[in-house]
Amino acid sequence: MALTNEEKAAFAQTARQLRLDIIDTTVWAGGAHLGGALSMVEMLVILYWKYLKIDPQRPDWDERDRLVVSKGHAGVGIAPALALRGYFPKEELKSFNHFMSPFGMHLDAAKVRGVDLSTGSLGHGLPMSVGLALGARLQKKDWKTFCILGDGECDEGSVWEAAMSAAHFRLDNLVVMVDRNGLMIDGRTEDVMGLEPFEDKWKAFGFLTRKVDGHDYDELSSAIDFALSKPGKPVAIIAETVKGKGVDFMEGQVKWHYGSVDSVLEAKAKASIEAGASDKGRNHG
Amino acid sequence: MAEITGTTWTCYDSNTMTQAEIYGRVLTELGEKDPRVVGVTADLANSTKIGVFGKAFPDRLFNVGIAEQNLFGVAAGLAKSGLIPFASTFAAFASMRAAEQVRTDICYQNLPVKIIATHAGVAFGQAGTTHHCLEDIAIMRAFPNMTVIVPADGIETANAVRASMDIPGPVYIRVGRGFEPKFHASEDYGFRVGKAQRFREGTDLTIIACGIAVLQAAEAAKLLAASDGLSIRVVNMHTIKPIDREEVLAAIRETRRILTVEEHSVIGGLGGAVADVIAESGKGCAFSKLGFNDEFSVVGYPEDLYSHYRLDANGIADAVRAIMGRDFEEDESWEDEV
Ligand SMILES: Cc1ncc(C[n+]2csc(CCOP(=O)(O)OP(=O)(O)O)c2C)c(N)n1
Repeated sequence: MALTNEEKAAFAQTARQLRLDIIDTTVWAGGAHLGGALSMVEMLVILYWKYLKIDPQRPDWDERDRLVVSKGHAGVGIAPALALRGYFPKEELKSFNHFMSPFGMHLDAAKVRGVDLSTGSLGHGLPMSVGLALGARLQKKDWKTFCILGDGECDEGSVWEAAMSAAHFRLDNLVVMVDRNGLMIDGRTEDVMGLEPFEDKWKAFGFLTRKVDGHDYDELSSAIDFALSKPGKPVAIIAETVKGKGVDFMEGQVKWHYGSVDSVLEAKAKASIEAGASDKGRNHG
Repeated sequence: MAEITGTTWTCYDSNTMTQAEIYGRVLTELGEKDPRVVGVTADLANSTKIGVFGKAFPDRLFNVGIAEQNLFGVAAGLAKSGLIPFASTFAAFASMRAAEQVRTDICYQNLPVKIIATHAGVAFGQAGTTHHCLEDIAIMRAFPNMTVIVPADGIETANAVRASMDIPGPVYIRVGRGFEPKFHASEDYGFRVGKAQRFREGTDLTIIACGIAVLQAAEAAKLLAASDGLSIRVVNMHTIKPIDREEVLAAIRETRRILTVEEHSVIGGLGGAVADVIAESGKGCAFSKLGFNDEFSVVGYPEDLYSHYRLDANGIADAVRAIMGRDFEEDESWEDEV
């Protein structure tokens, strides 16, 4: 169903708040994987605030949908999103990265409410998601599994081993979303290790695909609606995004994969977020 | 700009370069001398500093993307083609993600792949447990043909990287994040693979340490001399495999008490290697292992974690005192046992 304007306005407001919270968390943490956290904000917002069947009061609720953020380095995006969604107070994020904190850069599912599986070593999330989806089906459960992958992460062979099995087992209760921001650590994905023709690869592995602007709620929404329509095969949504989205001086910059912000940069970053940043569109590899 | 004198980096260099950068520079120097030297990495050229080599020799650094199994398979192939690959990624991925490639592609075929595994131990403590690596020494020393080196600092890493060129088979060099404090004053202390460095003489107890623990052990020995009047020997066991048996036997014979200290699980690492030697010697000896117990490590900045896990000078000193207070059967005769 098409999104209403009110919904979209609310999402935009939530996204802005989440980006501000990501900056705060980065300051508390001393440094963080900013680029890849900021690029998936719209995806997190539409999942946590619209699609995921969850209850922050009952993080272990059996019937909940599962979200596996396989690009686990984006923990600095997920943890503030969980706080904003009501899993725990934002104050708790002040310990991020510090001694004995439940929050390290890569979130520990045993310690952070709302995190379904521990990730951080790339290429693990999709295999585990396939297991979740198989398990749900066997146990006749309705809940869905969503898995967010990084595009650089798709260099890992294990991603494709899992993709093959998702298609083989016809897991249409599994939704894969790839944050196609075109950048990894050492440069552009197409320079370091070419992924294109990327969508064709997913198709060849037996997926139905949708390529969308990963910052556009309408496009994300219609792709997710399609994925949830029991199309008979797993669906891969390739969300074209801008790494560092929302903070003008980070957008599309490889070096902002990981970084820290001093008080000057913090103020600049927040001003840029408040200003709605640029409307620079998709930044495809 | 750092001054380069032959193959030696001056103290000035090591003070101004992070420890990790030193090895990148040494690799570059090796590349200049030997065209067989190539680099391989998996989207961590800059994080591991093998990128320094890549800047000097762009066509001799292969970045395979985020694909560690591929990384070590490719390294094996490069070696088989006649080259000497230095493969660098985080220790957790080198030793665990690609363990079978390292064992079967590289060790089984005894290929000269030199693995520089960075961010080992809890050097990347704040990254969380997925990025801690407290199992790699145990894993790597179980592979036949593998040489395992855990340098005490960047200077020793430089020595180990150079020395690895003379080893015909695979070598695993385990380093931290590159910000670790310096232990050695210069490179000229007679580094030899498989030969421990007796850093300090002592008669009451021997601390056998590796990696960042060596500096802390030396500090602990000083502290114990001043406060407890103890004479502590400090051994830098930079090579875990092959282990310097003679040095361990000398410690049993001459000090009768041994403490091993390492930034690794107490299962299967330096402590395990030393325990093997002690057990096989048939000699009585008070012995204890200081390291990470059999549980997943917590999050935090490395310095906080080192003190939490008692790998700092105070923690080591306490572990020494605990052994000193322990009873064991003194046996003056070294020759009468099996
Ligand atoms: C197995 C593994 N190898 C390497 C890393 C180190 N690493 C962390 S993030 C990253 C780049 C990820 O790029 P991408 O998947 O495109 O994520 P994004 O750009 O969205 O942040 C790498 C190589 C890791 N975490 N896991």
